[in-house]
Amino acid sequence: MTLTLDRLSRRFTNFAALDDVSLEMAPGEFLALLGPSGSGKTTLLRILAGLDYPDRGSVTQAGRDFLAASARERNVGLVFQHYALFRHLTVRENVAFGLRVRPRRRRPARAQIREQVERLLKRVQLEELGDRYPSQLSGGQRQRVALARALAVEPELLLLDEPFGALDAQVRVTLRRWLRELHEELQLTTVFVTHDQEEALELADRIAVMNRGRIEQVGTPQAIYQDPATPFVCEFIGRTNRIPLTRHAQAWRAGAWSLTEDPWNGRHREAVAYVRPEHLALSVPDGEPAWEARVRHVYLAGSVAHLDLYVAGIDLALEADVASEDLGRLGLHAGAALRAAPARLVAFPCDDGDGSRPVIDERCSWASPIRR
Amino acid sequence: MSGGSARGGSTGRWLGHVAIIAFASLFLIVFLLLPLASVFAEAFRQGMQAYLASLQQPEALSAIRLTLLVAAIAVPLNLVFGVAAAWAMTRFEFRGKAALGALIDLPFSVSPVISGLVYVLLFGAQGWFGPWLDAHGVRIIFAVPGLVLATVFITLPFVARELIPLMQAQGSEEEEAARVLGANAWQMFFRVTLPNIRWALLYGVLLCNARAMGEFGAVSVVSGHIRGLTTTMPLEVEMRYNEYDYVGAFAIASLLALLALLTLAVKTFLEWRYGDEIAAHAPGGH
Repeated sequence: MTLTLDRLSRRFTNFAALDDVSLEMAPGEFLALLGPSGSGKTTLLRILAGLDYPDRGSVTQAGRDFLAASARERNVGLVFQHYALFRHLTVRENVAFGLRVRPRRRRPARAQIREQVERLLKRVQLEELGDRYPSQLSGGQRQRVALARALAVEPELLLLDEPFGALDAQVRVTLRRWLRELHEELQLTTVFVTHDQEEALELADRIAVMNRGRIEQVGTPQAIYQDPATPFVCEFIGRTNRIPLTRHAQAWRAGAWSLTEDPWNGRHREAVAYVRPEHLALSVPDGEPAWEARVRHVYLAGSVAHLDLYVAGIDLALEADVASEDLGRLGLHAGAALRAAPARLVAFPCDDGDGSRPVIDERCSWASPIRR
Repeated sequence: MSGGSARGGSTGRWLGHVAIIAFASLFLIVFLLLPLASVFAEAFRQGMQAYLASLQQPEALSAIRLTLLVAAIAVPLNLVFGVAAAWAMTRFEFRGKAALGALIDLPFSVSPVISGLVYVLLFGAQGWFGPWLDAHGVRIIFAVPGLVLATVFITLPFVARELIPLMQAQGSEEEEAARVLGANAWQMFFRVTLPNIRWALLYGVLLCNARAMGEFGAVSVVSGHIRGLTTTMPLEVEMRYNEYDYVGAFAIASLLALLALLTLAVKTFLEWRYGDEIAAHAPGGH
């Protein structure tokens, strides 16, 4: 189903959980709400579930007012972070709950309910455990019961709150793949909340990055990673190097390196550039502007090596990634000297008024004409 | 518990343990078991026949009936109030929540005699509403309604105090899950909330009932001691005792003692069998 969230705001006593949030959800989409804790993502999920209401703004579903429907009328499936299984009911009774509480005229017959519950248990691979109580299940099993229970009411929208948050790392990865496959099979509009960027990047069709009650950027995982729209997204997603720039006449400089063009046409005096570790060129020829850097450590992580560089000219430690097989060819080892320069970057000028606040509207993305 | 590492040279500590246990046991025997035994001894001093005869006197029967009636009204009232108060305290945020919590505890902190006097002050002949009630032919003090009011007041905290910590620990997620799954308010309460609190609720009701039947102070003030009309069992015990009818007094006292023992037995069973559902426990830790 198509959902349109328009300018939602929700204030709690002393902070704004949601601040003017707008978002569009396409049918069948797998959307991640990604952000640190306290960014408002769970509040947004609870509003969609009908467990909380915004102070301002609207949610419409194909032109209909979604917020006017109560939680029980919305036909939404919700999986809580800690599953919230009914502790006094068996797995089977938990899954059947949503069907059993339907008003009589919409309630399926007993046999039909039983059949549907069995089908769902099979789908989540728990057909053997139908008579167990939640306390007798592992974390991963509980999560699948919660999912089966949510799917039993045949929801049009599935909401997952930190679906893998309470699981250990191994189960997490398995369940993640399994959930992605399930989504492809059901084609159900799904929104999940997470603070784990890896999870969001791997699972979602689109990611909405949230910070302090606002949506910083919405886009495909690719776009979010390659083309971060705000300083927050630059720093929150993946790893990045933050490099202050100063304008000297027409050039923006950081130590020995400079940006030859001026994207802001003589406005602003200071800016911040964000450079991904894999976007640092490490063997810049003499004559090109570059930093004289020294390798402090080499961390080999399988196919990739992480380098810890120090640039004395700007007194900054930088991170750089290279393919492990290139280490020898480039002569990269602890203590080695090299000439480094950004191959790609995203930069924001700083507000001339108070000098520190980056101006998001004047974001500039730049790629070096020189191949790495 | 005293630690295996110290087992060798700790005869002194061992002696200390024995002394403490012996002291506690002796204390219990002298101050609890002995009096309890004496109640039954006194009741049966003149044999089974005298015991049964004294229980079959009309005043005794009416006192038993009145006690059951008062408990039958006060306990359900406090059950409903207790659940509602616990719900309000644990599921909603509102101004004056701390004040409500303190108010629920008030009957525990006020002397029962004062509780009784408050009702006399409100509804008695010289009280605030007394004349108005009198004019409309409603009698509260020195009548059954007064007994019920005083008992409700005295036993008010039991159910609520038992439920609040449990419901706080359980949180409202299961209830929210029920709502999202399409349950209406009744279905949510009867299918999710109630099953989760049932043993704690029973426990609270049990304690509430024991107190409702055994309360003396507050009831004594509002009763007026009209034989056969406004005397509950504890009051009847006192009146008989004052009239030197020891067998009669202890016969009724033995019934109250039996109720106490029964309550204790059921309470112990509940604690043993469903301890983790009565005491507060962390959500998800189940």
